Amino acid sequence: MTVDLEKVNSIIEKYRDDREAFIALLQDISAEYRYLPEEVIRYVSEEIEVPVSRLFSLATFYTSFRLEPRGEHEVQVCMGTACHVRGAPRMLDKVTQKLNIKPGETTEDKRFTVETVNCVGACALGPLLVYDGKYYGKLTQWKIEKLLEGSNDEDDQSS
Amino acid sequence: MVSITINGREIKTDQEDITLLQLARSEGIGIPTLCFHKALLPYGACRLCVVEVTGGQNTKIVNSCAYPVREDGISVQTNTPKLKQIRKNILEFLLARCPEIDMVKKMASGLGVKEKRLPEKSLPEDQTEECILCGLCVRVCGEVIGKEAISFVHRGAEREVAAPFYSQSKDCVGCTACHFVCPTGAIKVKESGNKRFISPWNTEITLVTCEMCGISFAPENSGEYLQAKLGLPAEWLKLCPQCRRKVAAETMGKYDFTSRNVILKK
Repeated sequence: MTVDLEKVNSIIEKYRDDREAFIALLQDISAEYRYLPEEVIRYVSEEIEVPVSRLFSLATFYTSFRLEPRGEHEVQVCMGTACHVRGAPRMLDKVTQKLNIKPGETTEDKRFTVETVNCVGACALGPLLVYDGKYYGKLTQWKIEKLLEGSNDEDDQSS
Repeated sequence: MVSITINGREIKTDQEDITLLQLARSEGIGIPTLCFHKALLPYGACRLCVVEVTGGQNTKIVNSCAYPVREDGISVQTNTPKLKQIRKNILEFLLARCPEIDMVKKMASGLGVKEKRLPEKSLPEDQTEECILCGLCVRVCGEVIGKEAISFVHRGAEREVAAPFYSQSKDCVGCTACHFVCPTGAIKVKESGNKRFISPWNTEITLVTCEMCGISFAPENSGEYLQAKLGLPAEWLKLCPQCRRKVAAETMGKYDFTSRNVILKK
């Protein structure tokens, strides 16, 4: 896969003079491509003259950086303590069964990526999942069914 | 001049920037370490070098490898029951991580670890953990070689040392300094023909072949790197050290032992 390096150049220019802004730089790249493509990392390393190993180390250290392409929709199931006791494991099972993937994976058609997170700070709404940045609380299996069956075009379903 | 006591013995030093570990060792007081190497900066990862430092009313536990000797009159203990227990605990963790490594086993029994309280690290069958994450390889590559071809990747339980993207490292010059400093033998180097393989980094290095005798002797890119770094003549990569010596001897002449003179050839 080839990526458009034009955008990367402008990001690099932004941090050109700041030798300590590698994380910010990676964040910008991540925001642009929704993951960190290997060739972009290698290109950046050459441009800013920093060993690839250092960028790779950062990219693997922080969970917010991903080295694999993401699905079109991101599903994050909260596994925090409050959600857990309110049945988050069953909700996660429902999601993974429905999409037929394990947490951390992306469906073959690249539509969904499922992840677990440890508390998103909305414990009163548990069990809870975050779908493309939007919170869906007081989950039931039926709600998940509806959500994943493409009813995501509908407006606010959060409760 | 700073004067301190280590295990009751008074020791004076006027060396600046000397660490407790260096001072103790220079006085023949042994402190165990795993992540320390005299060619590298202190790292403080293994915590085996912990000592008790008492200054005034306070006693604190510090890692001696990174503790500079600056305060006059401090008293240092290197082997109290508390420190022994800390070291034993560390070795228990290491033993649970690397149960097959002789060096770890030896050190553990030497420090008095008897039973295994912790479950061993679970890995797929026929695999054993050999790396203790001391970081010597990473640091020697960056600090001494100046390449940073490898680094720590991931974190927590998944932390390991790897080449970028787990594939052939473009920065690696094949010097095998990482293999040299590794205390556990986790870094394996194989050579066959004019190739050198460094297994944990999935890296393959081409070696230069001597123009005279035909043996492969030095990694291509490390030769070029050193040549540029040290300003060596371009010919130095053409001959292996033995052949270079031979050529030098032939061109320069021979040493005559009776007259103690070098007889130069024409």
